[in-house]
Amino acid sequence: MTAPAYNFAYLDEQTKRMIRRAILKAIAVPGYQVPFASREMPMPYGWGTGGVQVTASILGQKDVLKVIDQGADDTTNAVSIRQFFEKTAGVETTTETLAATVIQTRHRIPETTLQGHQVLVYQVPIPEPLRFLEPRETETRKMHALAEYGLMHVKLYEDIARHGHIATTYAYPVLVAGRYVMDPSPTPKFDNPKMDDCAALQLFGAGREKRIYAIPPHTKVVSLDFEDHPFEVTRFDRPCALCGAQGSYLDEVVMDDRGARMFVCSDTDFCESRQENGHRGPLNQEAAE
Amino acid sequence: MYVAVKGGERAIAAAHGLLAEKRRGDTEVPELAVEQIDGQLSLAVDRVMSEGSLYDRRLAALAIKQARGDLIEAIFLLRAFRTTLPRFGASGPLDTGAMRVRRRISATYKDLPGGQVLGPTFDYTHRLLDFTLEAEGDVPPARTAPVSEGMMPRVADIIGGDDLIERNPPENPSRPIADLTREPIAFPADRDLRLQNLARGDEGFLLALGYSTQRGYGRTHPFVGEIRMGEVDVELFVEELGFAVPLGEITLTECQMVNQFAGSKTEPARFTRGYGLSFGHCERRAMSMSLVDRSLRADEFGEERKGPAQDEEFVLSHSDNVQATGFVEHLKLPHYVDFQAELALLRQMRQDLAQSTPAQEAAE
Amino acid sequence: MSTPLLQAEDLSRFYGGRIGCRDVSFSLDVGEVLAIVGESGSGKTTLLNLLSGRLAPDAGHVRYAMRDGTTRDLLTLTEAERRHLARTDWGFVHQDAREGLRMNVSAGGNIGERLMGIGDRHYGNIREAARGWLSRVEIDEGRLDDKPTAFSGGMRQRLQIARNLVTAPRLVFMDEPTGGLDVSVQARLLDLIRSLVADLGLAVVLVTHDLAVARLLSHRIMVMKAGEVIETGLTDRVLDDPQAPYTQLLVSSVLAA
Repeated sequence: MTAPAYNFAYLDEQTKRMIRRAILKAIAVPGYQVPFASREMPMPYGWGTGGVQVTASILGQKDVLKVIDQGADDTTNAVSIRQFFEKTAGVETTTETLAATVIQTRHRIPETTLQGHQVLVYQVPIPEPLRFLEPRETETRKMHALAEYGLMHVKLYEDIARHGHIATTYAYPVLVAGRYVMDPSPTPKFDNPKMDDCAALQLFGAGREKRIYAIPPHTKVVSLDFEDHPFEVTRFDRPCALCGAQGSYLDEVVMDDRGARMFVCSDTDFCESRQENGHRGPLNQEAAE
Repeated sequence: MYVAVKGGERAIAAAHGLLAEKRRGDTEVPELAVEQIDGQLSLAVDRVMSEGSLYDRRLAALAIKQARGDLIEAIFLLRAFRTTLPRFGASGPLDTGAMRVRRRISATYKDLPGGQVLGPTFDYTHRLLDFTLEAEGDVPPARTAPVSEGMMPRVADIIGGDDLIERNPPENPSRPIADLTREPIAFPADRDLRLQNLARGDEGFLLALGYSTQRGYGRTHPFVGEIRMGEVDVELFVEELGFAVPLGEITLTECQMVNQFAGSKTEPARFTRGYGLSFGHCERRAMSMSLVDRSLRADEFGEERKGPAQDEEFVLSHSDNVQATGFVEHLKLPHYVDFQAELALLRQMRQDLAQSTPAQEAAE
Repeated sequence: MSTPLLQAEDLSRFYGGRIGCRDVSFSLDVGEVLAIVGESGSGKTTLLNLLSGRLAPDAGHVRYAMRDGTTRDLLTLTEAERRHLARTDWGFVHQDAREGLRMNVSAGGNIGERLMGIGDRHYGNIREAARGWLSRVEIDEGRLDDKPTAFSGGMRQRLQIARNLVTAPRLVFMDEPTGGLDVSVQARLLDLIRSLVADLGLAVVLVTHDLAVARLLSHRIMVMKAGEVIETGLTDRVLDDPQAPYTQLLVSSVLAA
C-alpha cells in the first residue's frame, strides 16, 4: 500500500478552519479555554498533539518553525515534531529563536525576548488550573464562568501554612487580563514573568483534553499570590557553566556517581549563541583559550 | 568538560531501525502475511477495528503486524489513519433484525423463534492447551445445522411486543446524532454520545466497569436478553439519486441486556435496556458495553449514582485507550525543567529547616 | 416594625405525585431564631432547601432583604448573585460536618476560604481572622494547621460553624446541627451556638426533630407534618400548651422518653 498524500501540514483544510475559529475565539477571550474537536494525530496524546494541531493550523508556506522541548531543540520529542513538519509541510526550520516565526514549545519559554511577528505555541497536558482542586468539568466551568477563584487561593494558603512559602514551582497559576485564571502549562514559574506584556501571540493547545486558549500580545498576566507573600521568581545562585549567563534557567547535569554536578542553560540556542559571541562559563574556560 | 547535547536525531533514526528489525524477528522463520493475521488472528482484528472505529479487516491486520501484536498500538495506527479520511456521509441505521445470524443466544428464554445458535464459541471448550496445534495440520470441515430460513426476531422485540420493556425512543431526524470525533464531548452527555464513546472504549476498561456493577457498585440486575453475531447490510442514502445504495455487509455483535424494571403509580412497570454493539465478533465487549450503558442511565430512572460505572464524567473521560496510553506514556518524555524546579525547592526547604533547628547539618 | 429578613410565601414542592411541602408561609425577622420541627419525612428538610435556594419551588416565593436594603425574590437572582449571597450573608451548617468542610484542607484554610472567595489577598490577615474564629468556637489555636480529619465530631461541627461565620452572615440555616453527637458534646455545642447567636444577632432557621434543641435555641417554632405546617407560635407557648393533636403527641412523646 502506498502512503496516501497528506495535505500541507497534515491536517485537512476544513479541520484547520475549525481550529482557527477556536483560536480566534481564544484570542478574543484571553485565558478562556475554548473547546475544540481535537483530531487524532499520528503521535500519542500527551506528546504534543494539541500544540501540533495549533501549529499545523497557523503554519503558512513562508513560516520558519522552531520546536523546543525543555528549552532544547535537540531533545527527542522536539526532533520528532520538527521532523513531522519538515515532512508534512516542508517549511523552513531553525533553532535560532529570533529567526523563527512560529515556536512550538513544551515546558519552557525561550530566554530571548520574543517579538511581535512571532507566535509561541505551547503544548498543554492538563489545561484546567482548578482540576486538582475540583475534578468535575461541569463544576470547574461554572467556577470560571462566575470567576469563583477563592479555592485557588486556598491551595496557595495551604502551601504557606505548611511550608512557609508557596510551594508551586511549575504550572504556577496566572490571572489573564484580570478575568480568567489560567494554567500556563508545566513551564517553571521562572518563566511566568515572560508571559506578561509579551509582544508575541501565545497560543496553548491541549489535544487530549480538547481545549485551546490564548494570550494576545501585550496582555496583562499576573501570577497569583498574597500581598504579604508575593510571587517570587526562582533564582539560581550560580551562572551557566558553559556560557556564564546569569539569570537564565539552568538544568542540572549529573557528571559522575560521586555527586559532581554542573549547571547549564536549559535554553540551548541561547547558550550556544552566547558561546559563539565569546561568553564563557566557569567550566568552559580552558576551551576558550 | 562538555556534555554533548546533540544526537537526538541520530538516536531516533537508529531506534526506528532497531524496531523494524525486532518486528521482523528471526529471518529463518517465514514472515507473517497480513492475510494470515486476518484469517487466523481474526478476533484481534475484530477488536482493533472496533476500538479503531474503522471497519477494514485488511488495514487492521496490517496495523497488528506493524505494531508487533500490541493491540492498543494497532488501534492507535488505525485511528490516526481514519482521522485523515474524507467523509461522504452517514449510513442509514443498520437493521440487526435482518442480520444473517451465525450465532444467537438468549439467557431469558429456553427456546424461541429461530432457536439458540451456538456458532463458533469458546464457551463450552475446556481450556486445555492443545499441543497438536504446534504441528501443522488441516482441520476437518465443521458440521453445522442447516441455516433456518424462518424468522429470527430480536428478543427485545419479543418482550417489547407485550409492552414489558421500555420502548426505544422514536427516531428524531431533526436532531443530529452526536459525533465525538467532530465535536468535543460536553457534559451532561446524551445517550447517543455515550454509546459512541463506549463503542470505541477500551475493552479492559469496559469489562472492569461492567464487572463492578455486578459486584454491587451500581447494580442493574441484568439478563442477557440476546447476543447475536452475523452479517448486516450497510446502505447509504444518496440525495442525488433519491434512494439508498447498498455499500456491502459488515459483521457485527449485538448484545441487548434486559435490566431491572422501572415504573411508578402512573407508569406500568417495564424492564429497562442496556445496549452493546461491536464490529466483528467481540462478545465480551458488547456485553460489557451494555452493562455500562445501562448503569450510565441512572439519572433517567432516578437511581442513586454511587458506583464508578454510573459516573458519566468518569467513564466517558477515561474509556479511550489511545488517549490513556498517550498520557500515561508521556511520563517517559523529558521533564528535566520541572524536576529541576522541584529539586531546587526541596533543597531550599531542607536548608531552611537546617538553619532553623539548632543541630546544624553541613550543607552539601 | 422593620422589614422582615426572610419571607416565605405559599411555598410548595412536589416529588412526582408526592408532596414535599405545601403552602408554607412565614416571615423571619433580623436576629430571630425559628425552629422547624417534625418527624423525618415531614418536609422540614425540603423546606430548608427551598428557603436556602438549594432547591427551586414548584409554586410560591422566597424574598430576602439584601445587605443593600433591597428585597429580592430568590428566584430572580442570577446564579452568580445567589452563590455570592450564599457565601457572604448566609451560612449553612450541615448535620454531617464532612459535607460542610473541606476535609483535606487545614482548619485555617477552611475558615479562610470565604474570605479568599470575596477577594481577601493578605495571608497574615486571613490567618489572624481564622485564628480568632478558632478560639471563638473554643478550639485550641494550636490546631490552626491541622486538618478536620484529625478532629473529633464536636470539633468538626464547631469548625464548620466558624467557617460559616467568618463573613459575618445575617442568616444561618442549620440542618440538625447536633445530630449524631454524644449527649455531653451536644450540650456544649448547643451552649456555644446559643451564645454566638445572641452575641452576633444572627437570624437562624433551624431544622431539628429534637424538641429539646428547639426549646433551647429558638424563639419561635413551626411544626410540620406530611409537608404542611400544622402549628406555629412562640416556642414556650407551643411546647407548654400545644394546640394541634399532633403537636400534643410530639410533646408528650418527648416527655415520656
